[in-house]
Amino acid sequence: MEQEINTYIDGTTIIEIEHLKKAFGNNVVLKDFNLTVHKGETVVVMGKSGIGKTVLIKCIIGLVKPDGGKMRVFNQDISKLNQQDLDELRTRIGFVFQNSALYDSMTVRQNLEFPLRRHRKKKIRGNLDLQVREALQNVGLENTIDLMPSELSGGMRKRIGIARSLILRPEIVLYDEPTTGLDPITSEEITHLILELQKKYDTTSIIITHDIDLARETANRIVFLMNGIAYMQGTYEELVNNEDTLIKHFFKRQAI
Amino acid sequence: MEPNQKNETVFSKVIDEFFYGIAELVQFSFKVFKIGIQPPYEFREVWNQCYEIGIKSFILVGTTAFILGLVLVMQSRPTMVEFGAGAFLPAMSSISIVREIGPLVTALICAGKIGSGISAELGSMKVTEQIDAMEVSGTNPFKYLVATRIIATTLMIPILTVYADFISLIGAFFGSNIKDNININYYFNRVFESLHYTDVIPSFTKTFFFGFTIGLVGCTKGYNSKKGTEGVGKAANVSVVLSMVGVIVIDMVVTQITSMMGYL
Ligand SMILES: Nc1ncnc2c1ncn2[C@@H]1O[C@H](COP(=O)(O)OP(=O)(O)OP(=O)(O)O)[C@@H](O)[C@H]1O
Ligand SMILES: [Mg+2]
Repeated sequence: MEQEINTYIDGTTIIEIEHLKKAFGNNVVLKDFNLTVHKGETVVVMGKSGIGKTVLIKCIIGLVKPDGGKMRVFNQDISKLNQQDLDELRTRIGFVFQNSALYDSMTVRQNLEFPLRRHRKKKIRGNLDLQVREALQNVGLENTIDLMPSELSGGMRKRIGIARSLILRPEIVLYDEPTTGLDPITSEEITHLILELQKKYDTTSIIITHDIDLARETANRIVFLMNGIAYMQGTYEELVNNEDTLIKHFFKRQAI
Repeated sequence: MEPNQKNETVFSKVIDEFFYGIAELVQFSFKVFKIGIQPPYEFREVWNQCYEIGIKSFILVGTTAFILGLVLVMQSRPTMVEFGAGAFLPAMSSISIVREIGPLVTALICAGKIGSGISAELGSMKVTEQIDAMEVSGTNPFKYLVATRIIATTLMIPILTVYADFISLIGAFFGSNIKDNININYYFNRVFESLHYTDVIPSFTKTFFFGFTIGLVGCTKGYNSKKGTEGVGKAANVSVVLSMVGVIVIDMVVTQITSMMGYL
């Protein structure tokens, strides 16, 4: 299994983070964070609540401005891009929000159409309806097309959020806790969904999660974020069998 | 704590907040202008917002304007008749409606209804990360959400004011007709006769400023609202108070200017 996933990875570096720093006032969240992600790789980021995982991936997509360090995505320095180039780059990255962040005032269909309408030039936009239906089919929620987000359950919202983030066929997908707060069965479904979509569209992913099963099944590599640095990195087996007390504590807690 | 001392701290806090609020508004409006004037323009979204604002306020503004026109005439009529000025009733009502009541009442109603709506909407979009989601879809929220709403209020408040003026004059006509029997043609002839462009132009111009203020305050407060539902509620609340005060201050300044220019 491990071998099979690894064959997708080639040597190309897609995300390169060096000495990333970010503080909010006195609250130093990222101190000196380093990470390199290769094409086709799935990196899972784990760590305690409030440690800065969301801040980290928001830096990758330029929602949060780092205080220092280097952040290169597709070989472009995020901090040096102008608005237009940044927007262009963002179409190549999908971001799945922790709380789904669906547009309340729009139906599911309009939510999914939004990125398409904003991005595809009229000519190459193609059939919106077809693309929306395919995206919904991918997450198994075709029948929700005309519902409002308020009419969906938490798990359904997460899946619609995933569908919306993937609709532009991004090369990188950043998932922020895609299974948190869901029952084990739905979590498993979402895990499989992520794996399936990964295969189908050949994406590079960073997944933030506390869900050990999700981490085990998807990760080529797990990064443990702590005290503002990448405290520990390795495969699932390496981390589970690690003797470091903090890591041990974290995995034991989670496994129960 | 001494009551006196307490008052002082509350007072200085209010002053602080006031200046902070002004700075926030100025900064925000610069940003909106800077980003808003760059193409591509969001015409479709401006149109949607205009439609929303128009539909939301149509009935409320109309009803209020009608009643105010009616009441104005009913209240002033006895005094005017007593002074033998009954014939001036149409002129008096048209000038007070067009110059002051129409614009001000429309703006105050919209500050309450539209301003609070805008800031609650943007506030909740902010706290639920919908604005972030828009940004990562490569859409500039300043352009798509903020600039469009400010343009829409700036355009719609004047239109709603003209509508309110008209309905209010009809109200005033009914008010006059309760006691006297006036022909509607005669009434409206007198109304338009007594209105000069020096009445109409300044009062129409100021409504653009009213609209801009309502949109700007609503967007600023919503967009910068603190996390949590309480933050959103407070943003809506503060935005109503601020834009009402803003409207009244602008009204006063415009009246001063027109009077200095000799138009009053
Ligand atoms: N916009 C912000 N302003 C101020 N502080 C912030 C902001 N965003 C995040 N923080 C702070 O940064 C720290 C990290 O937050 P972050 O959301 O990244 O945590 P997290 O690791 O994603 O936690 P969780 O697992 O609970 O989602 C927290 O202490 C938080 O208070
Ligand atoms: Mg988080």
